[in-house]
Amino acid sequence: MSSLSKLQRRQAGFAYLMLLPGAALLAAFTFYPIVRGLPLAFTNYSVVDTTKWIGWDNFKRAFHDPTFGLALKHSLLYVLIVPVIQILSILMAVLVNNRLRFIHFFRVAYFIPVVTSMVAAAIAWKWVYQEQGILNFFLLKLGMIRQPISFMVETKLALLGVMAVTVWKGLGYYMMIYLAGLQSIPGELQEAARIDGAGRLRVIWNITIPLLMPFVLLCSLLSVMGAIHVFDEVFVMHGPSGDPAYSTLTASVYSYKVAFQDFEFGYAATIGLLVAIIIMIVSILMFRYTRRGGLTYYE
Amino acid sequence: MSEAAARDRLAPPELKGVYKAKRSWKKAAAPFILYPLLLLAAVLFLGPFLWLLSTALKTGNNVYAYPPQFIPNPPTFKNFIDVFHIMPLWHYIANTVYMTVYGVGLNLLLCTMTAYPLARLKFPGKNAIFFAIVSTMILPNAGGMIVNFITIQKLGLYNSMTGVVLPSAISVFNVFLLRQAFITIPADMEHSARIDGAGEFRIFRSIMVPMVRPAVATVVIFDFMAFWNSLIWPVIVLDDRDKYPLGPALQYLNSDLAYNFPYIAAGTIISVIPILIIFLVLQKQFINGMVGAVKG
Repeated sequence: MSSLSKLQRRQAGFAYLMLLPGAALLAAFTFYPIVRGLPLAFTNYSVVDTTKWIGWDNFKRAFHDPTFGLALKHSLLYVLIVPVIQILSILMAVLVNNRLRFIHFFRVAYFIPVVTSMVAAAIAWKWVYQEQGILNFFLLKLGMIRQPISFMVETKLALLGVMAVTVWKGLGYYMMIYLAGLQSIPGELQEAARIDGAGRLRVIWNITIPLLMPFVLLCSLLSVMGAIHVFDEVFVMHGPSGDPAYSTLTASVYSYKVAFQDFEFGYAATIGLLVAIIIMIVSILMFRYTRRGGLTYYE
Repeated sequence: MSEAAARDRLAPPELKGVYKAKRSWKKAAAPFILYPLLLLAAVLFLGPFLWLLSTALKTGNNVYAYPPQFIPNPPTFKNFIDVFHIMPLWHYIANTVYMTVYGVGLNLLLCTMTAYPLARLKFPGKNAIFFAIVSTMILPNAGGMIVNFITIQKLGLYNSMTGVVLPSAISVFNVFLLRQAFITIPADMEHSARIDGAGEFRIFRSIMVPMVRPAVATVVIFDFMAFWNSLIWPVIVLDDRDKYPLGPALQYLNSDLAYNFPYIAAGTIISVIPILIIFLVLQKQFINGMVGAVKG
Protein backbone atom coordinates (compact mmCIF):
# COMPACT_ATOMS: atom_id res chain seq x y z
CA MET A 1 0.00 0.00 0.00
CA SER A 2 2.77 2.42 0.94
CA SER A 3 4.33 1.99 -2.48
CA LEU A 4 1.31 3.61 -4.10
CA SER A 5 1.88 7.09 -5.47
CA LYS A 6 -0.29 10.00 -4.48
CA LEU A 7 -2.21 9.82 -7.74
CA GLN A 8 -2.75 6.11 -7.33
CA ARG A 9 -3.97 6.53 -3.79
CA ARG A 10 -6.37 9.25 -4.85
CA GLN A 11 -7.61 7.07 -7.66
CA ALA A 12 -8.12 4.12 -5.32
CA GLY A 13 -10.11 6.26 -2.91
CA PHE A 14 -12.28 7.50 -5.74
CA ALA A 15 -12.78 3.94 -7.00
CA TYR A 16 -13.99 2.72 -3.59
CA LEU A 17 -16.32 5.68 -3.26
CA MET A 18 -17.83 4.94 -6.66
CA LEU A 19 -18.19 1.24 -5.94
CA LEU A 20 -19.74 1.66 -2.52
CA PRO A 21 -23.46 2.15 -3.28
CA GLY A 22 -23.63 -0.44 -6.05
CA ALA A 23 -21.59 -2.98 -4.11
CA ALA A 24 -23.77 -2.49 -1.04
CA LEU A 25 -26.94 -3.18 -3.05
CA LEU A 26 -25.43 -6.17 -4.81
CA ALA A 27 -24.31 -7.53 -1.46
CA ALA A 28 -27.76 -7.10 0.06
CA PHE A 29 -30.00 -8.27 -2.78
CA THR A 30 -27.86 -10.55 -4.96
CA PHE A 31 -25.09 -11.96 -2.81
CA TYR A 32 -26.89 -12.32 0.50
CA PRO A 33 -29.88 -14.30 -0.91
CA ILE A 34 -27.43 -16.85 -2.33
CA VAL A 35 -25.65 -17.23 1.00
CA ARG A 36 -28.82 -17.10 3.09
CA GLY A 37 -31.03 -19.23 0.84
CA LEU A 38 -29.14 -22.41 1.61
CA PRO A 39 -29.43 -22.46 5.43
CA LEU A 40 -33.00 -21.18 5.17
CA ALA A 41 -33.92 -24.43 3.44
CA PHE A 42 -33.01 -26.32 6.62
CA THR A 43 -35.25 -24.27 8.92
CA ASN A 44 -38.96 -24.01 9.58
CA TYR A 45 -38.87 -20.22 9.06
CA SER A 46 -42.47 -19.04 8.86
CA VAL A 47 -44.68 -16.29 10.16
CA VAL A 48 -46.20 -18.27 13.03
CA ASP A 49 -43.43 -20.39 14.55
CA THR A 50 -40.15 -19.48 16.15
CA THR A 51 -37.41 -20.40 13.72
CA LYS A 52 -35.65 -23.70 14.36
CA TRP A 53 -33.02 -25.69 12.50
CA ILE A 54 -34.88 -28.80 11.39
CA GLY A 55 -32.21 -30.51 9.31
CA TRP A 56 -33.45 -32.55 6.37
CA ASP A 57 -37.12 -32.42 7.38
CA ASN A 58 -38.09 -30.04 4.58
CA PHE A 59 -36.38 -32.29 2.04
CA LYS A 60 -38.19 -35.34 3.42
CA ARG A 61 -41.42 -33.42 3.28
CA ALA A 62 -40.82 -32.41 -0.34
CA PHE A 63 -40.13 -36.05 -1.16
CA HIS A 64 -43.51 -37.11 0.21
CA ASP A 65 -45.46 -34.05 -0.94
CA PRO A 66 -47.68 -35.17 -3.86
CA THR A 67 -48.35 -31.56 -4.91
CA PHE A 68 -44.63 -30.89 -5.17
CA GLY A 69 -44.22 -34.10 -7.18
CA LEU A 70 -46.92 -32.92 -9.56
CA ALA A 71 -45.38 -29.45 -9.83
CA LEU A 72 -41.96 -30.93 -10.54
CA LYS A 73 -43.42 -33.24 -13.16
CA HIS A 74 -45.01 -30.25 -14.91
CA SER A 75 -41.75 -28.29 -14.78
CA LEU A 76 -39.92 -31.19 -16.41
CA LEU A 77 -42.71 -31.69 -18.96
CA TYR A 78 -42.28 -28.03 -19.77
CA VAL A 79 -38.82 -28.81 -21.14
CA LEU A 80 -40.59 -30.52 -24.06
CA ILE A 81 -41.20 -27.09 -25.54
CA VAL A 82 -37.45 -26.54 -25.99
CA PRO A 83 -37.04 -28.55 -29.21
CA VAL A 84 -40.28 -27.02 -30.52
CA ILE A 85 -38.98 -23.50 -29.86
CA GLN A 86 -35.57 -24.24 -31.37
CA ILE A 87 -36.85 -25.85 -34.56
CA LEU A 88 -39.56 -23.26 -35.17
CA SER A 89 -37.30 -20.30 -34.45
CA ILE A 90 -34.59 -21.59 -36.78
CA LEU A 91 -37.19 -22.03 -39.54
CA MET A 92 -38.45 -18.52 -38.88
CA ALA A 93 -34.91 -17.13 -38.96
CA VAL A 94 -34.35 -18.81 -42.33
CA LEU A 95 -37.65 -17.35 -43.54
CA VAL A 96 -36.85 -13.77 -42.52
CA ASN A 97 -33.27 -14.07 -43.75
CA ASN A 98 -34.57 -13.69 -47.32
CA ARG A 99 -34.02 -10.41 -49.03
CA LEU A 100 -37.57 -9.35 -49.72
CA ARG A 101 -39.52 -6.15 -49.66
CA PHE A 102 -41.17 -5.49 -46.25
CA ILE A 103 -39.03 -8.18 -44.62
CA HIS A 104 -38.10 -5.68 -41.94
CA PHE A 105 -41.77 -5.23 -41.07
CA PHE A 106 -42.19 -8.97 -40.55
CA ARG A 107 -39.10 -9.24 -38.34
CA VAL A 108 -40.43 -6.48 -36.13
CA ALA A 109 -43.93 -7.98 -36.05
CA TYR A 110 -42.63 -11.34 -34.83
CA PHE A 111 -40.69 -9.61 -32.09
CA ILE A 112 -43.68 -7.74 -30.64
CA PRO A 113 -44.80 -10.57 -28.30
CA VAL A 114 -41.29 -10.53 -26.80
CA VAL A 115 -41.54 -6.92 -25.65
CA THR A 116 -45.10 -6.88 -24.39
CA SER A 117 -45.92 -7.87 -20.82
CA MET A 118 -46.91 -11.40 -19.89
CA VAL A 119 -50.05 -10.03 -18.26
CA ALA A 120 -51.20 -8.50 -21.55
CA ALA A 121 -50.26 -11.66 -23.46
CA ALA A 122 -52.12 -13.84 -20.96
CA ILE A 123 -55.26 -11.70 -21.07
CA ALA A 124 -55.23 -11.83 -24.87
CA TRP A 125 -54.73 -15.60 -24.91
CA LYS A 126 -57.36 -16.34 -22.29
CA TRP A 127 -59.81 -14.51 -24.54
CA VAL A 128 -58.63 -16.56 -27.52
CA TYR A 129 -58.97 -19.82 -25.55
CA GLN A 130 -62.55 -19.17 -24.38
CA GLU A 131 -65.21 -21.70 -25.17
CA GLN A 132 -66.91 -19.07 -27.36
CA GLY A 133 -63.48 -17.85 -28.42
CA ILE A 134 -61.77 -17.51 -31.70
CA LEU A 135 -59.62 -20.65 -31.45
CA ASN A 136 -62.67 -22.86 -31.01
CA PHE A 137 -64.32 -21.02 -33.88
CA PHE A 138 -61.47 -21.84 -36.28
CA LEU A 139 -61.10 -25.42 -35.09
CA LEU A 140 -64.82 -25.97 -35.58
CA LYS A 141 -64.75 -24.29 -38.98
CA LEU A 142 -61.84 -26.43 -40.10
CA GLY A 143 -63.68 -29.49 -38.87
CA MET A 144 -60.89 -30.48 -36.50
CA ILE A 145 -63.23 -30.65 -33.51
CA ARG A 146 -66.97 -31.22 -33.18
CA GLN A 147 -67.59 -29.55 -29.84
CA PRO A 148 -66.02 -26.38 -28.49
CA ILE A 149 -63.25 -27.17 -26.01
CA SER A 150 -62.66 -25.29 -22.75
CA PHE A 151 -58.92 -24.95 -23.08
CA MET A 152 -58.63 -23.22 -19.72
CA VAL A 153 -60.68 -25.75 -17.77
CA GLU A 154 -59.78 -29.17 -19.21
CA THR A 155 -57.05 -30.52 -16.97
CA LYS A 156 -55.45 -32.36 -19.87
CA LEU A 157 -55.22 -29.28 -22.07
CA ALA A 158 -54.52 -26.44 -19.65
CA LEU A 159 -50.78 -27.07 -19.43
CA LEU A 160 -50.49 -27.41 -23.21
CA GLY A 161 -52.30 -24.09 -23.51
CA VAL A 162 -49.76 -22.36 -21.27
CA MET A 163 -46.88 -23.99 -23.15
CA ALA A 164 -48.27 -22.63 -26.41
CA VAL A 165 -48.22 -19.13 -24.92
CA THR A 166 -44.60 -19.55 -23.83
CA VAL A 167 -43.62 -20.72 -27.32
CA TRP A 168 -45.55 -17.86 -28.93
CA LYS A 169 -43.98 -15.23 -26.69
CA GLY A 170 -40.41 -16.55 -26.95
CA LEU A 171 -40.10 -17.45 -30.63
CA GLY A 172 -39.31 -13.93 -31.83
CA TYR A 173 -36.45 -13.66 -29.36
CA TYR A 174 -34.74 -16.87 -30.48
CA MET A 175 -35.51 -16.06 -34.12
CA MET A 176 -33.49 -12.84 -33.79
CA ILE A 177 -30.53 -14.68 -32.28
CA TYR A 178 -30.59 -17.28 -35.05
CA LEU A 179 -30.94 -14.54 -37.64
CA ALA A 180 -27.80 -12.91 -36.26
CA GLY A 181 -26.19 -16.34 -36.38
CA LEU A 182 -27.17 -16.93 -40.00
CA GLN A 183 -25.92 -13.51 -41.00
CA SER A 184 -22.59 -14.08 -39.27
CA ILE A 185 -21.84 -17.15 -41.40
CA PRO A 186 -19.44 -15.97 -44.10
CA GLY A 187 -21.21 -16.16 -47.46
CA GLU A 188 -18.03 -17.37 -49.20
CA LEU A 189 -18.27 -20.73 -47.45
CA GLN A 190 -21.66 -21.46 -48.94
CA GLU A 191 -20.59 -20.16 -52.32
CA ALA A 192 -17.49 -22.32 -52.34
CA ALA A 193 -19.58 -25.39 -51.51
CA ARG A 194 -22.04 -24.55 -54.26
CA ILE A 195 -19.19 -24.22 -56.75
CA ASP A 196 -17.89 -27.60 -55.64
CA GLY A 197 -21.27 -28.95 -56.68
CA ALA A 198 -23.06 -29.23 -53.37
CA GLY A 199 -26.85 -28.98 -53.58
CA ARG A 200 -28.96 -26.64 -51.48
CA LEU A 201 -29.79 -29.23 -48.84
CA ARG A 202 -26.20 -30.37 -48.62
CA VAL A 203 -25.03 -26.81 -48.01
CA ILE A 204 -27.59 -26.44 -45.23
CA TRP A 205 -26.65 -29.78 -43.68
CA ASN A 206 -22.86 -29.55 -43.97
CA ILE A 207 -22.22 -25.84 -43.60
CA THR A 208 -25.11 -23.82 -42.22
CA ILE A 209 -26.13 -26.19 -39.43
CA PRO A 210 -22.62 -26.89 -38.07
CA LEU A 211 -21.82 -23.18 -38.04
CA LEU A 212 -25.15 -22.46 -36.37
CA MET A 213 -24.53 -25.11 -33.70
CA PRO A 214 -23.03 -22.77 -31.08
CA PHE A 215 -26.19 -20.66 -31.30
CA VAL A 216 -28.39 -23.74 -31.04
CA LEU A 217 -26.57 -24.88 -27.91
CA LEU A 218 -26.73 -21.49 -26.27
CA CYS A 219 -30.40 -20.99 -27.11
CA SER A 220 -31.26 -24.50 -25.92
CA LEU A 221 -29.51 -23.91 -22.61
CA LEU A 222 -31.36 -20.63 -22.16
CA SER A 223 -34.72 -22.13 -23.00
CA VAL A 224 -34.19 -25.23 -20.82
CA MET A 225 -33.42 -23.02 -17.84
CA GLY A 226 -36.37 -20.80 -18.67
CA ALA A 227 -38.68 -23.81 -19.01
CA ILE A 228 -37.76 -25.36 -15.65
CA HIS A 229 -38.10 -21.92 -14.04
CA VAL A 230 -41.39 -21.07 -15.74
CA PHE A 231 -43.51 -18.81 -13.57
CA ASP A 232 -45.23 -15.76 -15.08
CA GLU A 233 -47.35 -17.49 -17.71
CA VAL A 234 -48.76 -20.01 -15.24
CA PHE A 235 -49.31 -17.39 -12.55
CA VAL A 236 -51.18 -14.96 -14.79
CA MET A 237 -53.24 -17.55 -16.62
CA HIS A 238 -54.06 -20.04 -13.89
CA GLY A 239 -53.18 -18.35 -10.61
CA PRO A 240 -50.82 -19.39 -7.80
CA SER A 241 -52.45 -22.82 -7.43
CA GLY A 242 -52.02 -23.75 -11.08
CA ASP A 243 -55.72 -24.26 -11.74
CA PRO A 244 -57.61 -26.35 -12.70
CA ALA A 245 -56.83 -28.88 -9.97
CA TYR A 246 -53.07 -28.16 -9.92
CA SER A 247 -52.90 -29.24 -13.57
CA THR A 248 -50.69 -26.31 -14.57
CA LEU A 249 -48.76 -25.94 -11.31
CA THR A 250 -44.99 -25.77 -11.81
CA ALA A 251 -42.23 -25.93 -9.21
CA SER A 252 -41.54 -22.17 -9.20
CA VAL A 253 -45.22 -21.34 -8.86
CA TYR A 254 -45.54 -23.86 -6.05
CA SER A 255 -42.57 -22.27 -4.30
CA TYR A 256 -44.33 -18.91 -4.58
CA LYS A 257 -47.56 -20.38 -3.22
CA VAL A 258 -45.83 -22.02 -0.25
CA ALA A 259 -43.93 -18.81 0.55
CA PHE A 260 -46.41 -16.03 -0.07
CA GLN A 261 -49.76 -17.74 0.49
CA ASP A 262 -48.93 -20.29 3.18
CA PHE A 263 -46.02 -18.19 4.55
CA GLU A 264 -43.78 -21.23 4.99
CA PHE A 265 -40.56 -19.59 3.91
CA GLY A 266 -38.27 -22.42 4.99
CA TYR A 267 -40.11 -25.06 2.97
CA ALA A 268 -40.36 -22.69 -0.01
CA ALA A 269 -36.59 -22.17 0.11
CA THR A 270 -36.14 -25.96 0.06
CA ILE A 271 -38.27 -26.20 -3.08
CA GLY A 272 -36.29 -23.36 -4.63
CA LEU A 273 -33.07 -25.15 -3.77
CA LEU A 274 -34.26 -28.42 -5.31
CA VAL A 275 -35.20 -26.60 -8.53
CA ALA A 276 -31.82 -24.84 -8.54
CA ILE A 277 -30.04 -28.19 -8.13
CA ILE A 278 -32.00 -29.69 -11.04
CA ILE A 279 -31.15 -26.73 -13.25
CA MET A 280 -27.48 -26.98 -12.28
CA ILE A 281 -27.38 -30.69 -13.10
CA VAL A 282 -29.10 -30.13 -16.44
CA SER A 283 -26.77 -27.30 -17.42
CA ILE A 284 -23.66 -29.22 -16.39
CA LEU A 285 -24.84 -32.17 -18.47
CA MET A 286 -25.54 -29.90 -21.42
CA PHE A 287 -22.12 -28.29 -21.16
CA ARG A 288 -20.51 -31.70 -20.86
CA TYR A 289 -22.19 -33.21 -23.87
CA THR A 290 -21.62 -30.20 -26.01
CA ARG A 291 -18.02 -29.51 -24.93
CA ARG A 292 -17.85 -26.10 -26.46
CA GLY A 293 -20.65 -25.13 -24.15
CA GLY A 294 -22.38 -23.05 -26.74
CA LEU A 295 -20.57 -19.99 -25.51
CA THR A 296 -18.23 -19.69 -28.46
CA TYR A 297 -19.63 -18.08 -31.53
CA TYR A 298 -18.64 -16.93 -34.96
CA GLU A 299 -18.35 -13.27 -35.70
CA MET B 1 -25.19 -12.16 -57.72
CA SER B 2 -21.56 -13.22 -57.30
CA GLU B 3 -22.82 -16.71 -56.54
CA ALA B 4 -24.63 -17.00 -59.84
CA ALA B 5 -21.78 -15.39 -61.73
CA ALA B 6 -19.22 -17.76 -60.25
CA ARG B 7 -21.32 -20.76 -61.12
CA ASP B 8 -21.89 -19.55 -64.63
CA ARG B 9 -18.19 -19.01 -65.08
CA LEU B 10 -17.35 -22.53 -63.95
CA ALA B 11 -20.21 -24.38 -65.59
CA PRO B 12 -19.56 -26.07 -68.92
CA PRO B 13 -20.84 -23.81 -71.72
CA GLU B 14 -23.81 -26.00 -72.60
CA LEU B 15 -25.16 -25.83 -69.01
CA LYS B 16 -25.00 -22.07 -68.61
CA GLY B 17 -28.40 -21.45 -70.04
CA VAL B 18 -30.00 -24.18 -67.92
CA TYR B 19 -28.66 -22.73 -64.66
CA LYS B 20 -29.81 -19.30 -65.63
CA ALA B 21 -33.30 -20.41 -66.51
CA LYS B 22 -33.67 -22.50 -63.35
CA ARG B 23 -32.40 -19.68 -61.18
CA SER B 24 -34.57 -16.96 -62.60
CA TRP B 25 -37.62 -19.21 -62.39
CA LYS B 26 -36.86 -19.87 -58.74
CA LYS B 27 -36.27 -16.21 -58.11
CA ALA B 28 -39.61 -15.30 -59.58
CA ALA B 29 -41.49 -18.00 -57.69
CA ALA B 30 -39.93 -17.35 -54.28
CA PRO B 31 -42.12 -14.38 -53.26
CA PHE B 32 -45.28 -16.35 -54.03
CA ILE B 33 -44.26 -18.99 -51.53
CA LEU B 34 -42.58 -16.72 -49.00
CA TYR B 35 -45.14 -13.93 -48.62
CA PRO B 36 -48.05 -16.23 -47.70
CA LEU B 37 -45.78 -17.88 -45.10
CA LEU B 38 -44.67 -14.52 -43.75
CA LEU B 39 -48.25 -13.29 -43.56
CA LEU B 40 -49.46 -16.46 -41.87
CA ALA B 41 -46.75 -16.11 -39.23
CA ALA B 42 -47.63 -12.42 -38.76
CA VAL B 43 -51.27 -13.38 -38.16
CA LEU B 44 -50.21 -15.96 -35.57
CA PHE B 45 -47.93 -13.52 -33.74
CA LEU B 46 -50.11 -10.44 -33.85
CA GLY B 47 -53.45 -12.26 -33.90
CA PRO B 48 -54.15 -12.45 -30.17
CA PHE B 49 -53.42 -8.73 -29.77
CA LEU B 50 -55.45 -7.78 -32.84
CA TRP B 51 -58.35 -9.86 -31.55
CA LEU B 52 -58.03 -8.06 -28.21
CA LEU B 53 -58.01 -4.70 -30.01
CA SER B 54 -61.03 -5.69 -32.04
CA THR B 55 -62.85 -6.64 -28.83
CA ALA B 56 -61.92 -3.35 -27.19
CA LEU B 57 -63.53 -1.49 -30.11
CA LYS B 58 -66.86 -3.33 -29.91
CA THR B 59 -70.13 -2.38 -28.30
CA GLY B 60 -72.24 -4.49 -25.96
CA ASN B 61 -73.64 -7.62 -27.58
CA ASN B 62 -71.15 -7.69 -30.44
CA VAL B 63 -68.45 -8.70 -27.98
CA TYR B 64 -69.90 -12.15 -27.39
CA ALA B 65 -71.46 -12.55 -30.84
CA TYR B 66 -71.16 -15.94 -32.46
CA PRO B 67 -69.77 -16.38 -35.07
CA PRO B 68 -67.17 -13.88 -33.85
CA GLN B 69 -67.17 -10.48 -35.46
CA PHE B 70 -63.64 -9.79 -36.64
CA ILE B 71 -64.00 -6.18 -37.62
CA PRO B 72 -66.05 -4.20 -35.10
CA ASN B 73 -69.23 -2.85 -36.62
CA PRO B 74 -69.72 -0.11 -35.59
CA PRO B 75 -66.29 0.50 -34.02
CA THR B 76 -66.34 2.59 -30.87
CA PHE B 77 -63.75 4.19 -28.65
CA LYS B 78 -66.21 4.32 -25.79
CA ASN B 79 -64.53 1.45 -23.94
CA PHE B 80 -61.22 3.28 -23.97
CA ILE B 81 -62.85 6.29 -22.33
CA ASP B 82 -65.07 4.34 -19.94
CA VAL B 83 -62.24 2.20 -18.66
CA PHE B 84 -60.73 5.34 -17.12
CA HIS B 85 -63.95 5.78 -15.11
CA ILE B 86 -64.42 2.21 -14.07
CA MET B 87 -60.87 1.79 -12.76
CA PRO B 88 -58.32 4.37 -11.64
CA LEU B 89 -56.28 3.76 -14.74
CA TRP B 90 -54.48 7.12 -14.66
CA HIS B 91 -53.43 6.30 -11.16
CA TYR B 92 -51.97 2.94 -12.21
CA ILE B 93 -50.26 4.55 -15.19
CA ALA B 94 -48.71 7.14 -12.88
CA ASN B 95 -47.52 4.36 -10.55
CA THR B 96 -45.98 2.50 -13.47
CA VAL B 97 -44.25 5.60 -14.84
CA TYR B 98 -42.92 6.40 -11.37
CA MET B 99 -41.65 2.85 -10.85
CA THR B 100 -40.07 2.71 -14.30
CA VAL B 101 -38.34 6.09 -14.12
CA TYR B 102 -37.15 5.39 -10.58
CA GLY B 103 -35.80 1.96 -11.52
CA VAL B 104 -34.18 2.93 -14.80
CA GLY B 105 -32.65 6.07 -13.25
CA LEU B 106 -31.14 4.14 -10.35
CA ASN B 107 -29.81 1.47 -12.68
CA LEU B 108 -28.16 4.01 -14.90
CA LEU B 109 -26.52 5.77 -12.01
CA LEU B 110 -25.46 2.72 -10.01
CA CYS B 111 -24.43 0.49 -12.91
CA THR B 112 -22.20 3.10 -14.57
CA MET B 113 -20.69 3.98 -11.18
CA THR B 114 -19.93 0.33 -10.45
CA ALA B 115 -18.71 -0.61 -13.92
CA TYR B 116 -16.37 2.34 -14.41
CA PRO B 117 -13.82 1.65 -11.63
CA LEU B 118 -13.82 -2.05 -12.51
CA ALA B 119 -12.94 -1.18 -16.09
CA ARG B 120 -10.55 1.76 -15.84
CA LEU B 121 -9.17 2.46 -12.40
CA LYS B 122 -6.36 0.74 -10.52
CA PHE B 123 -6.98 -0.10 -6.90
CA PRO B 124 -6.21 -2.92 -4.48
CA GLY B 125 -8.87 -5.64 -4.32
CA LYS B 126 -10.21 -4.96 -7.82
CA ASN B 127 -9.98 -8.57 -8.94
CA ALA B 128 -11.54 -9.87 -5.75
CA ILE B 129 -14.52 -7.53 -6.15
CA PHE B 130 -14.90 -8.46 -9.78
CA PHE B 131 -14.73 -12.17 -8.95
CA ALA B 132 -17.38 -11.75 -6.25
CA ILE B 133 -19.69 -10.13 -8.79
CA VAL B 134 -19.05 -12.84 -11.41
CA SER B 135 -19.71 -15.60 -8.90
CA THR B 136 -23.28 -14.41 -8.33
CA MET B 137 -24.05 -15.27 -11.94
CA ILE B 138 -22.86 -18.85 -11.63
CA LEU B 139 -24.30 -19.81 -8.25
CA PRO B 140 -27.97 -20.68 -8.14
CA ASN B 141 -30.04 -18.33 -6.10
CA ALA B 142 -32.38 -20.69 -4.27
CA GLY B 143 -34.25 -18.45 -1.93
CA GLY B 144 -33.85 -15.22 -3.90
CA MET B 145 -37.37 -13.88 -3.71
CA ILE B 146 -37.95 -15.11 -0.17
CA VAL B 147 -34.73 -13.74 1.31
CA ASN B 148 -35.21 -10.43 -0.50
CA PHE B 149 -38.74 -10.20 0.82
CA ILE B 150 -37.49 -10.71 4.39
CA THR B 151 -34.75 -8.13 3.83
CA ILE B 152 -37.21 -5.59 2.43
CA GLN B 153 -39.47 -6.13 5.45
CA LYS B 154 -36.58 -5.70 7.88
CA LEU B 155 -35.52 -2.50 6.15
CA GLY B 156 -39.06 -1.17 6.68
CA LEU B 157 -39.62 -0.90 2.92
CA TYR B 158 -42.62 -3.23 2.69
CA ASN B 159 -45.50 -1.63 0.79
CA SER B 160 -43.28 1.08 -0.71
CA MET B 161 -42.13 1.69 -4.27
CA THR B 162 -38.54 1.83 -3.01
CA GLY B 163 -39.01 -1.74 -1.83
CA VAL B 164 -40.16 -2.69 -5.34
CA VAL B 165 -37.29 -0.97 -7.12
CA LEU B 166 -34.31 -1.46 -4.80
CA PRO B 167 -33.57 -5.18 -5.31
CA SER B 168 -33.27 -4.63 -9.07
CA ALA B 169 -31.71 -1.16 -8.86
CA ILE B 170 -28.45 -2.66 -9.99
CA SER B 171 -27.99 -5.70 -12.18
CA VAL B 172 -24.85 -7.74 -12.63
CA PHE B 173 -25.61 -8.04 -16.31
CA ASN B 174 -25.72 -4.25 -16.80
CA VAL B 175 -22.46 -3.87 -14.90
CA PHE B 176 -20.82 -6.35 -17.28
CA LEU B 177 -22.22 -4.68 -20.34
CA LEU B 178 -21.04 -1.23 -19.27
CA ARG B 179 -17.68 -2.49 -18.03
CA GLN B 180 -17.07 -4.00 -21.46
CA ALA B 181 -17.93 -0.68 -23.09
CA PHE B 182 -15.71 1.35 -20.74
CA ILE B 183 -12.75 -0.97 -21.42
CA THR B 184 -12.79 -0.19 -25.14
CA ILE B 185 -12.30 3.58 -24.71
CA PRO B 186 -8.75 4.60 -25.71
CA ALA B 187 -6.56 5.57 -22.75
CA ASP B 188 -5.51 8.83 -24.45
CA MET B 189 -8.91 10.35 -23.66
CA GLU B 190 -8.29 9.92 -19.98
CA HIS B 191 -4.65 11.07 -20.08
CA SER B 192 -5.36 14.30 -21.89
CA ALA B 193 -8.22 15.11 -19.53
CA ARG B 194 -5.96 14.47 -16.56
CA ILE B 195 -3.24 16.69 -17.99
CA ASP B 196 -5.86 19.40 -18.48
CA GLY B 197 -6.53 19.13 -14.76
CA ALA B 198 -9.93 17.40 -14.75
CA GLY B 199 -10.85 15.65 -11.51
CA GLU B 200 -11.67 11.97 -11.39
CA PHE B 201 -15.42 12.48 -11.17
CA ARG B 202 -15.36 15.01 -13.97
CA ILE B 203 -13.51 12.54 -16.21
CA PHE B 204 -16.11 9.91 -15.42
CA ARG B 205 -19.13 12.10 -15.94
CA SER B 206 -18.13 14.37 -18.81
CA ILE B 207 -15.85 12.11 -20.82
CA MET B 208 -16.36 8.44 -20.07
CA VAL B 209 -20.14 8.14 -19.73
CA PRO B 210 -20.84 10.05 -22.98
CA MET B 211 -18.38 7.73 -24.75
CA VAL B 212 -20.37 4.61 -23.89
CA ARG B 213 -23.70 5.98 -25.07
CA PRO B 214 -24.69 2.87 -27.08
CA ALA B 215 -24.22 0.64 -24.04
CA VAL B 216 -26.13 3.13 -21.89
CA ALA B 217 -28.97 3.08 -24.41
CA THR B 218 -29.08 -0.71 -24.27
CA VAL B 219 -29.28 -0.64 -20.48
CA VAL B 220 -32.07 1.93 -20.56
CA ILE B 221 -34.09 -0.09 -23.07
CA PHE B 222 -33.70 -3.37 -21.22
CA ASP B 223 -34.56 -1.86 -17.88
CA PHE B 224 -37.47 0.12 -19.23
CA MET B 225 -38.95 -3.09 -20.58
CA ALA B 226 -38.22 -5.04 -17.40
CA PHE B 227 -39.71 -2.44 -15.05
CA TRP B 228 -42.69 -1.57 -17.23
CA ASN B 229 -43.61 -5.26 -17.57
CA SER B 230 -42.78 -6.29 -14.01
CA LEU B 231 -45.42 -8.38 -12.33
CA ILE B 232 -44.60 -10.63 -9.44
CA TRP B 233 -42.25 -8.58 -7.30
CA PRO B 234 -44.67 -5.61 -7.03
CA VAL B 235 -47.40 -8.10 -6.05
CA ILE B 236 -45.19 -9.42 -3.26
CA VAL B 237 -43.92 -6.12 -1.91
CA LEU B 238 -47.01 -3.92 -2.28
CA ASP B 239 -49.88 -4.44 0.11
CA ASP B 240 -52.27 -1.69 -1.10
CA ARG B 241 -53.69 -2.27 -4.54
CA ASP B 242 -53.65 1.52 -4.83
CA LYS B 243 -49.92 1.36 -5.22
CA TYR B 244 -49.95 -1.30 -7.94
CA PRO B 245 -48.39 -0.64 -11.33
CA LEU B 246 -50.31 -1.61 -14.47
CA GLY B 247 -49.29 -5.27 -14.72
CA PRO B 248 -50.50 -6.42 -11.30
CA ALA B 249 -53.48 -4.05 -11.44
CA LEU B 250 -54.69 -5.58 -14.70
CA GLN B 251 -54.06 -9.06 -13.41
CA TYR B 252 -56.37 -8.47 -10.45
CA LEU B 253 -58.92 -6.43 -12.37
CA ASN B 254 -59.07 -9.27 -14.84
CA SER B 255 -60.32 -11.60 -12.14
CA ASP B 256 -62.56 -8.99 -10.49
CA LEU B 257 -64.10 -7.55 -13.65
CA ALA B 258 -64.21 -10.65 -15.80
CA TYR B 259 -67.86 -9.91 -16.64
CA ASN B 260 -66.90 -6.86 -18.65
CA PHE B 261 -64.24 -7.99 -21.03
CA PRO B 262 -64.21 -4.96 -23.37
CA TYR B 263 -62.97 -2.80 -20.48
CA ILE B 264 -60.23 -5.28 -19.62
CA ALA B 265 -59.29 -5.42 -23.30
CA ALA B 266 -59.15 -1.63 -23.54
CA GLY B 267 -57.09 -1.39 -20.35
CA THR B 268 -54.69 -4.05 -21.61
CA ILE B 269 -54.25 -2.31 -24.96
CA ILE B 270 -53.54 0.97 -23.14
CA SER B 271 -50.95 -0.76 -20.95
CA VAL B 272 -48.93 -2.06 -23.90
CA ILE B 273 -48.97 1.15 -25.95
CA PRO B 274 -45.98 2.84 -24.23
CA ILE B 275 -43.72 -0.19 -24.52
CA LEU B 276 -44.80 -0.67 -28.14
CA ILE B 277 -43.99 2.94 -29.00
CA ILE B 278 -40.57 2.68 -27.33
CA PHE B 279 -39.94 -0.58 -29.15
CA LEU B 280 -40.99 0.69 -32.57
CA VAL B 281 -38.91 3.85 -32.23
CA LEU B 282 -35.81 2.05 -30.93
CA GLN B 283 -36.26 -1.36 -32.56
CA LYS B 284 -32.80 -1.47 -34.07
CA GLN B 285 -31.18 -0.79 -30.72
CA PHE B 286 -33.59 -3.19 -29.04
CA ILE B 287 -32.84 -6.10 -31.32
CA ASN B 288 -29.09 -5.48 -31.40
CA GLY B 289 -29.12 -5.28 -27.63
CA MET B 290 -31.05 -8.54 -27.30
CA VAL B 291 -28.76 -10.36 -29.71
CA GLY B 292 -25.61 -8.79 -28.26
CA ALA B 293 -26.68 -9.74 -24.76
CA VAL B 294 -26.77 -13.38 -25.70
CA LYS B 295 -23.75 -13.45 -27.97
CA GLY B 296 -21.50 -11.12 -26.02
